Amino acid sequence: MHPALSVILLTTLIGVGQGLFLALYTGQVYSLIQLIPMQESQRFYANGAAVSLAFLIAGLIASFFHLGRPERAWRSATRWRTSWLSREVIVLPIMMALVFTYAVIHYFGWTQPLFTLPGDMPIDASLIVGALGTLAAFALFLSTGMIYASIRFLQEWASPLTVINYTLLGGASGFTLAAAFSAYLGLDLVGFFGWWAVVLTLAAAVTRISSLIRNRRLKHKSNLQTAIGVRHNRIQQKAQGAMGGSFNTREFFHHRGPGAMAFMRLAFLILVFPVPIALLASAWFSHSEYLALAAFAVQYIGLLAERWYFFADAQHPQNLYYQTVS
Amino acid sequence: MSQLALVIDLNVCVGCHACVTSCKEWNTNGWAGPMTDQNPYGESPSGTFFNRVQTFEIGQYPNTETVHFPKSCLHCEEPPCVPVCPTGASYKRKEDGIVLVDYDKCIGCKYCSWACPYGARELDAEQKVMKKCTLCVDRIYDEKLPERERRPACVLACPTNARLFGDVHDPDSTVSVAIREQGGYALMPEWGTKPANHYLPRRKTRITLHKDELERVDNPLKKEGLAKADDSRQTLDDTTSW
Repeated sequence: MHPALSVILLTTLIGVGQGLFLALYTGQVYSLIQLIPMQESQRFYANGAAVSLAFLIAGLIASFFHLGRPERAWRSATRWRTSWLSREVIVLPIMMALVFTYAVIHYFGWTQPLFTLPGDMPIDASLIVGALGTLAAFALFLSTGMIYASIRFLQEWASPLTVINYTLLGGASGFTLAAAFSAYLGLDLVGFFGWWAVVLTLAAAVTRISSLIRNRRLKHKSNLQTAIGVRHNRIQQKAQGAMGGSFNTREFFHHRGPGAMAFMRLAFLILVFPVPIALLASAWFSHSEYLALAAFAVQYIGLLAERWYFFADAQHPQNLYYQTVS
Repeated sequence: MSQLALVIDLNVCVGCHACVTSCKEWNTNGWAGPMTDQNPYGESPSGTFFNRVQTFEIGQYPNTETVHFPKSCLHCEEPPCVPVCPTGASYKRKEDGIVLVDYDKCIGCKYCSWACPYGARELDAEQKVMKKCTLCVDRIYDEKLPERERRPACVLACPTNARLFGDVHDPDSTVSVAIREQGGYALMPEWGTKPANHYLPRRKTRITLHKDELERVDNPLKKEGLAKADDSRQTLDDTTSW
């Protein structure tokens, strides 16, 4: 498939936004049960949620560049019964609204307990909105992943690993950003978010490498014989019906050699997994906010390469009809 | 419920592209148009087509065979492109099974083209909406046309009658009989899309002759021992007319 920049940006940016929100809420729940110190509502949670919202909005803007007719984008919420894309279109604004509400509650400090759970746990409005936001974040990961995993012809994508990778990679980058954000604010939470980020990054490494191995062993169901229905081991295309290319040659091919594929794979395997872990560890030891920010920046650049490779790696069966120009 | 479809006979297709040009001519002016072109007279022309003819070479020289392969939307009975559409612009008509795109609803997200294993959908580079074969829905029901012309433009244009058009759910239609009796097959059956369009394979007419069919068993000269294994001699068959 052709890796479109708009979709690469959309999926990576909203992944960071969702992950950061999950990180903030995890932090709030941990402080609720007094495992980590309580943070200032406005400075940490409101600003953090604003950063998360900024990533979600940036992703939404990027997604519009993928559309041929962006002015009609509102129509895409109508077929949620059958289309995962439609479901994503619905869940993304819900998620954004919840993150916005969460930020507003913390900004104005409306965190007086509404009621108290047994065990002296005061529940305020931000915790309830945050729980809904967490659900929305997971629903969004599921929708985004299923957009790709539900196309059974694209066998590289048609696997539960696709959804798991989207979730873990988004979560890892979000927790890394949370570590960087708390380091930037000078809070003593780099260790907490950093450890979560490392755990998620390692888990993502396991599942992403699993999908690499799976795709390397993949046997494609379609071949030229089933594509044109001629049972012969040697079939060569002599003409594809057009000399100057077509939508079919532009949308479904990445037009890069195996060298570029190997380079991108190596790049993301290094930039997404070991380097951010090393930078987070050194940030934790050295208390440097720059190292934590660098960990996020490096991981995000790596995720761009990861997403590029994800698209370029998928072999669409229609490509069987477009092997030779003439 | 009827299911309109094309049956394409690869045995007689000569790869002349008349269906391609006729399709473009009709549809670019009609309900489904325009089908825009980019750089049409330049170095690398590109454009929207509902139908393309491709060519494949089967086998290795000198035992090769050229197959011309017209390729358009197969109007699947289980179209995978329809449920993925987020706007409902892509739909399958209940009454005749034609898969269509509502250009006014399409947002150009290209998701349906990803969900089609055949590459039958093309995004119009200028209009930015998804386009595909309509089975000439604007002419097959047009009562202003004489009845014999109420068929897709490609079918009318084909000089070798390689394209048949009809209802594949009607067991007695020309297309159903052709599929049944001449080995019609569907493309990529492994995906369960149940394409309505079918292809008829290349067919060879061969006759197998055995030696005893070449030699008269009841040659009367044999009785008299006159017929010998000498093939150069005249036989009774050569001289008499019986």
